This record gives sequence, C-alpha cells and structure tokens, in this order.
Amino acid sequence: MILGVLDFQTLTDAVGLGAIYALMAVGIGLVFGVLRLVNFAYGQLVMAGAYTLAYTSAWPLAASILACFGVVVGLALAMETAVFRPLRGQSPAVMLVTTFAISFLLQAIALILDLRNGQLGEVAASLTTLAQPISIAGAQVREITLVELGVAIGALLLLALLLLRTTIGLHTRAAASDFRTARLLGVRANRVIPASVALSGLIAAAVAVMMTVQAPLVTPDFALRETIVVLVGVVVGGIDRLWTATLGGFAIGFVSGLINGLLPTDKTVYLPSAVFALVILVLLLRPEGLFAWGRRAAVPDRV
Amino acid sequence: MRRALDALVQLGVPALLVVAVGLVATTVSASNKVYFENALVSVAVVVAIYVFVGNSGVLSFGQISFVAVGAFAAGVMTVPLESKQGVLSTLFPLLRDHTIGNVPSLLLGAGLGGLFAFVVGLPLMRLNGLAAGIATFAVLEITHNVLQQWTKIGPGATTLSLVPETTGPLQGTVGALVVIAVAFAYQRSRLGRQLRASREDSAAAAGVGVHVHVQRLWAFTLSGALAGFAGALLVHQLGSITTEQVYLEVTFLTLAMLVIGGLTSLWGAVVGALAVSGLDSFLSQAEQGVHVLGLKLDLPSGTRLVFLAAIMAVVLILRPSGLTGGREARLPWPWRRG
Repeated sequence: MILGVLDFQTLTDAVGLGAIYALMAVGIGLVFGVLRLVNFAYGQLVMAGAYTLAYTSAWPLAASILACFGVVVGLALAMETAVFRPLRGQSPAVMLVTTFAISFLLQAIALILDLRNGQLGEVAASLTTLAQPISIAGAQVREITLVELGVAIGALLLLALLLLRTTIGLHTRAAASDFRTARLLGVRANRVIPASVALSGLIAAAVAVMMTVQAPLVTPDFALRETIVVLVGVVVGGIDRLWTATLGGFAIGFVSGLINGLLPTDKTVYLPSAVFALVILVLLLRPEGLFAWGRRAAVPDRV
Repeated sequence: MRRALDALVQLGVPALLVVAVGLVATTVSASNKVYFENALVSVAVVVAIYVFVGNSGVLSFGQISFVAVGAFAAGVMTVPLESKQGVLSTLFPLLRDHTIGNVPSLLLGAGLGGLFAFVVGLPLMRLNGLAAGIATFAVLEITHNVLQQWTKIGPGATTLSLVPETTGPLQGTVGALVVIAVAFAYQRSRLGRQLRASREDSAAAAGVGVHVHVQRLWAFTLSGALAGFAGALLVHQLGSITTEQVYLEVTFLTLAMLVIGGLTSLWGAVVGALAVSGLDSFLSQAEQGVHVLGLKLDLPSGTRLVFLAAIMAVVLILRPSGLTGGREARLPWPWRRG
C-alpha cells in the first residue's frame, strides 16, 4: 500500500531534502567535534549567504556565488574570533545560549538591511535558471536536485579525503576525540578550530546557494527552521561522530520529505507532532544516537 | 544564627527587589506600567525554569510548553460566559459552558502544568545531556502543534482574546513572590539538595544513594506547576494571546535571561529576568527618544533587537557565569562575616 504511493517523484524530492540537511549536519558536526559547541547561529550563516546572492543578483552568476562564499566564510571566521574563542572551555549551556544571541543579532541586522526598501524579503533572481525542471523516468526533477546530490556527495568525499589524508585532517580528528591530549602532542588549537569553522562556513555557503535556488525569496528567518530540524536530526543520529551526525541530518530530511509527499495536504496539520513524537521515541530507545552502534558516548554528559 | 541570617538574605533580597519593581509600577503612567508588569511575569517564568534547569543542570527547552498550557487553560476558562459561546463555540461543552474566577484559574494553570510535566517527565527524565535537551524541545513542538490545531480545547490558530486583565502590579508582585518562595523552599529542602548534589557530580550523588532520575522528575514536575502558574499570570496580564507568543522566541529569551543572570542560583534567575526585561523596555523607549543623564538618546527604529542581542552576547562573553556568578544574594561586604 505504502510502496504503491511511494513514487519516484516523492523519492527524489526526499533525497534532495535529505542531501541539504546532511550538508548542514556536517557543518554543525564539524564545529561540535572540535569545540563541543552547538552552533545555533549556523542557519544565519546560510541566511547571510542567501542575502548576498539576492543583493548581487545583477552580477554574473559565478561572481555572485563567489561573493556568497566569501561573505559566509568571512562571517564564520569572524564569529570564531569574536565569540567562540573567548568562550572556549565554558559550559555548553553558556556557549549554546550565546549562539542564540548571535543568531538573534544577525537576524535583527538582516531585518534592518532588508527593510531599507520598505519591503520584507529580497529575491535572488539570477539563480532561478537552475530551478528549471527536467524529466527523468516520468518524474519532474529540478536540475538543482541533481546539483544538490552532486554537491552533497562531492563535498562529503572531499571532506573525507581532507580528514583522512591530510595533516590538518588528522589534527582535527585528534582534537575531536580528545582535545587536551591532542594539544599536548602538538596540535595547535588556533589552527585546527579556525580550519574547521572555515570548512563549516564553506558548507553553509553551498547550502545557501542550493536553498536559494529552491526558494528565491530571502527573509531574515531564512534557514532558521531548517537549522532547528537539522540540530534535532544531528542529536538523534549521534552528535559524537561526524558520520552519525550526517546520517541523522540526512535521515530527518529524507523522512520529512517522504511523509510530506505521502500525506494528503489536509492531513498534514499534525505532521510536526508525529515527527517529534518519533524523535522522542528514538531518543528514549537509543539516547547515544540512532546510528551510534557498539560504543558508548566518549563525550561526558554536558549541556 | 548566621545560617538563618544567610537564608533570610537569600530569600529577602530577591523578594525586596520584586516588591520594589511592583511599587514603582504603581507610580508610573499607564503606558509605562506594562513594562513593569512584563518584568514581574518574566521573573515568575524564569524562576520556574530555574527550578528544574538550575537545580538539575540539565538544559530543557520544554518548560515553555507548561507556560503555554497554563496560559491557555487559565485564559479559556476565564473568558466571560456571555461572549464565550460566540467566540469559542468549537470547545468541548464542559469548557464552553463554564467559567471560573481569577484565583481558581491561576491554580488550574499550576495544576495542569504540573500534571503535564509529570506525565512527560516520567519517560524523559531518564535522558541526559543533549538528548534530554532535544527531547524536551520535541515536547514544546508537539504542545505548540496541538494547541494550534485542536479547536476543541482552545482557540486554535486564532487569537484568544477577552481574557480579564487581572495581572496588575499587585497580582504580578504577589505571583512572582509566590514562585520565588516555592523555589527557595524547594532548593533548601532535602529533595532540592539531593538534586543539586547530582548536578555537581551525578555519579557521586548516585553513589551516596540519590535516585537522580526520581529527583529530576520531582523538580521537573514542580517547575512545570510553577511554569503553568506563570503562564496563567501571563495571560491575565496580556488579555489576549496566540500560540506563537508561548513558543520558540520566548523559550530562547527566557533561557538567555537565566544564563545571563547566573544559571545556578535563584538570585541569578531573578536578576537575569529583571535585567534583560529592563534593558528591553529601556531600548523600546529609546527608539522613541529618552533623556538619560541630560543627554538625549534616540535610537533609529528597528535597532532595539540589534542592541538587545548584542548586549546579551557581550555579557555572556565577558561574564560567562552570569551577572551574579551563579551565587545567591549576600550582604554587601562590610556586613558579611566569615
């Protein structure tokens, strides 16, 4: 019965959503790994990127995207220097609440910039060319869905190579598993942490491009809801390891996409209740994380 | 003797501060009064959250669910009968055809909040750390979703209005004092001390016989009851409310108040709530232009949130342990002994 409704269209949409969420999960998981900091303001990096795309939509596409990457990575590094660095080693509650404040701050600034023309929301017009649908096996697949999949898989492969095959990657992994010992053995915190933050910024910029193509109207709360859902997914998947966090992000996106496609529109009002009841159930059954098999959390209980 | 004096100071100083805010509220103009009433209700909400989060050290994003339940229960049950059948016609007959007074509605909010927290806490209090935070957040999402959609128990997605505005300076002050007194009595009780021990070292506390999960459940239930009570105060202050007003933004703001004041003390909860709501009120005044120390301060409109968020971030970065350092109120040093 369910399989009958589960058409190719729903599946591609769900995979597309899962891919974006998985990328955001990597961005959040990278920073959590080295800093033990849940960055609630991650969505506002994406939002800043989306506004950059909207304001530069008269530029050539490549230049506009380049500007987006520049702004987001710059903002991520500024956040690291001004906020994360002084808070290093503080209790997780303090770090989390500070990123709430940063998130509010960036939204409030975006609101003021946005309202200068007296109208809420800016449109990133130049990217809509990527949203053209093409037909594959009878389903309308937007080009961006393919791009999303390509970017997500490519980014994950590159990241895996970086973490497994380079010195900075080795340092990052060491720092993520035990920062104090890693520092004793010569890992430099002030290189590893900015590197991870910059990497998470690069991912946020890529997410900004993909989300803006899908929803070209950019508002101050752009990507806010998505960040919250991804944070839930990351914890449900298992935040201690990057790959379980990523799987968690993908899973929550994929499942939301599936349920959204399967339910008729008038039945979806209680969808959030269903999804979050499922979240509670999974957390009760597997508090270490849905995908964290065979090993208890190395991270002590904090937050 | 000295311990009794310390206890008197720890309860008396926050209480006096709240009374002072209430007294000032009676002297200012009607348009400014709302700021002081807001501050008093914020104190009640933040202290209610502190009872669980501060004493247990477990971060919960779910306490605003209990505020929401208390607010909507008290609000729906106090709308006058003659207008109720018109504006809230979809309610269950039992809710539609009865109306209760102000004080019973406050007690109803507290009772429902406590009951809801107990039921939710039974399974959830076994969780630790981030898993607990996300699970309580899921409770907030479900509560918001149900309150917004189920029109048999409330107004649904529309505004609940015509609630009697009984939370003036008097009810606000008394309400905040009640919450503070209960929180103080709890944290000095045997139960409260067991939970605080588990906050400092969960394994050691369990080792000396503290049932950590049970203690967390008691605190969660008490915190839920106080939050429901605070929600009832809130709805009687506002007069009309939507589900969006007891959802994400207030969750983050009240947690920020608690951390800014100092997570681990009652004094911190009171100071944080008053400082942040005071700052917020001052900034909204400044958007219209105020005179401070002979200088005219006139902020461009829309910048209130920028300043509020920036100041909160700066305070957290400069004083991560909060304005009070997480300590209870003490006498100034000349009178302090030992």
